[in-house]
Amino acid sequence: MGSIVLEKVHKLYGNVEVIPSIDLTINDGEFVVFVGPSGCGKSTLLRLIAGLEDTTSGAIRIDGNDVTETPPAKRGLAMVFQSYALYPHMSVRKNIAFPLKMAGMDKAEIDRRVEGAANVLNLTQYLDRRPGQLSGGQRQRVAIGRAIVREPSAFLFDEPLSNLDAALRVNMRLEISELHQSLKTTMIYVTHDQVEAMTMADKIVVLQAGNIEQVGSPLELYRNPRNRFVAGFIGSPKMNFIEGAEAAKRGVHAIGVRPEHIALSKDSGLWKGTVGLSEHLGSDTFCYVNVEGIGTLNVRTSGEVSVHHGDTVWLTPGEANIHRFDKDGMAIR
Amino acid sequence: MATKHSRAAARLMISPAVLLLLGWMIVPLAMTLYFSFQRYNLLMPGMEEWTGLANYQYFLTDPAFFDALTNTLLLVGGVLLVTIIGGVMLALLLDQPFFGQGVVRILVIAPFFVMPTVSALVWKNMFLNPVNGLFAHAAKALGLQPYDFFAQAPLASIIGIVSWQWLPFATLILLTALQSLDQEQLEAAEMDGAGPLSRFFHIMLPHLARAITVVILIQTIFLLSVFAEILVTTNGGPGTASTNLTYLIYAQSLLQFDVGGGSAGGVVAIVLANIVAIFLMRMIGKNLEA
Repeated sequence: MGSIVLEKVHKLYGNVEVIPSIDLTINDGEFVVFVGPSGCGKSTLLRLIAGLEDTTSGAIRIDGNDVTETPPAKRGLAMVFQSYALYPHMSVRKNIAFPLKMAGMDKAEIDRRVEGAANVLNLTQYLDRRPGQLSGGQRQRVAIGRAIVREPSAFLFDEPLSNLDAALRVNMRLEISELHQSLKTTMIYVTHDQVEAMTMADKIVVLQAGNIEQVGSPLELYRNPRNRFVAGFIGSPKMNFIEGAEAAKRGVHAIGVRPEHIALSKDSGLWKGTVGLSEHLGSDTFCYVNVEGIGTLNVRTSGEVSVHHGDTVWLTPGEANIHRFDKDGMAIR
Repeated sequence: MATKHSRAAARLMISPAVLLLLGWMIVPLAMTLYFSFQRYNLLMPGMEEWTGLANYQYFLTDPAFFDALTNTLLLVGGVLLVTIIGGVMLALLLDQPFFGQGVVRILVIAPFFVMPTVSALVWKNMFLNPVNGLFAHAAKALGLQPYDFFAQAPLASIIGIVSWQWLPFATLILLTALQSLDQEQLEAAEMDGAGPLSRFFHIMLPHLARAITVVILIQTIFLLSVFAEILVTTNGGPGTASTNLTYLIYAQSLLQFDVGGGSAGGVVAIVLANIVAIFLMRMIGKNLEA
């Protein structure tokens, strides 16, 4: 079991308000991703749940029990740190066994569980090495192994993939998702990378300056962002925002169109512009088109379309996919 | 890296320094060896003669030699024990955030800057003196008999004084090592259910192993040759209760004017120091490997 409820959680560092007040419910078995720009309080929130930081006020409940004053070890949570935080002087086996040893479990049971975890994570042949002799991805797996042997009620991940190279990151992303599928344990995952959030999450929590901007499934957030911040943060590349005359024409303060919802044509369309920079990714091409009276718009076209710097093109946004925002940046539906 | 040519040039250019240092070391060593085979007494100048191993025989069969040997080892071991245990505990304290941390850290190093003779005299006259010492006053205030430290526990008193001098060194080295410990490791251990004691023994102490090794090696070198503290406090007494090897050699050559015997003692001391060094490297040297 692992449902986690935050009630009016509030955190001050000295006089600095990091988290004004957060209410959040995480259901058992969910994969929840906290995402937001750096300094938005997502790691602090995770550490509050872990118990590594004390809440200034408010309550945290795990499976209905108030754990606000409970020390981290007693909360039944396991955490994977950004730096992995492996114990450098212990072998992989001892690293993974450490939480069990601290729990006073008997030797045979420890061995059984360590072997089991090593099997799941393909670490069997590395059990007698030191962390210093492992690659980044293997260290990551040891850190995860140390978390799963405890059979916690929830896993907490603090930007676990940020120290890995791009290819390995995609691999580990899949492995963590698969792990979630097989364990069905609640996982809370902190990242600043919205791609990780979109691909892994059951539920995304978008944070900004310690406030929850929106909670929802990846597609919900993509399709119906509640405000301009979420609209700009979720989706890659970023949504184009247009203010002024073009927005006024639709009777709102600002409109937003994602690059993939703008059609590019060489002979006719709504907006006329010239191609500035274009990024060729092979499958897609992202063109930065300078449109008079609107500004630069990023447009996604398929990789086959060939456009060059200085070409005149016409852009047409898909009317159904235009997001409308009022003066305060809230979405109008 | 360097080519063959430039390596040869480098050897040529550092050779004067190496030769100077070698001579600086080899001449006294050779003279000590030479004197150790001579019957050489300062009271009988001009009567020097070859005596073979007689000096060694007298020095090694002198009952004072075994006392001195034990005292030397007790002194080194005792001071190491006090400074490392005390140093770890002080480092743990100083690592906590508190008001005036910077000033306190500077104050902690202060005893290290006091020269040995001065600190030994301060301890002897102001703290441990059975009539005027602070401890004697404290004992009297409590209605107890003042304790005559240098008469009743001479070696322990000297261990105390020397420990006081070396504690700052150990503390500083261990403190810097402690500060380089990754906080996430401690947090991970906390999440893993390790209490404060387990965290200390399983995470902090292994992290400190290398720093402790450095402290042991450096301090041993200096502690084998403790001399000033003994000279100004107990003069090696009562009897030989606080005589270490260094002091015995001094007594042999300059109080008994037997330069030959003293030199033989010096050679014995060199051999013993090397035995200690080999033992240390065997025991803890592996901690220094990366």
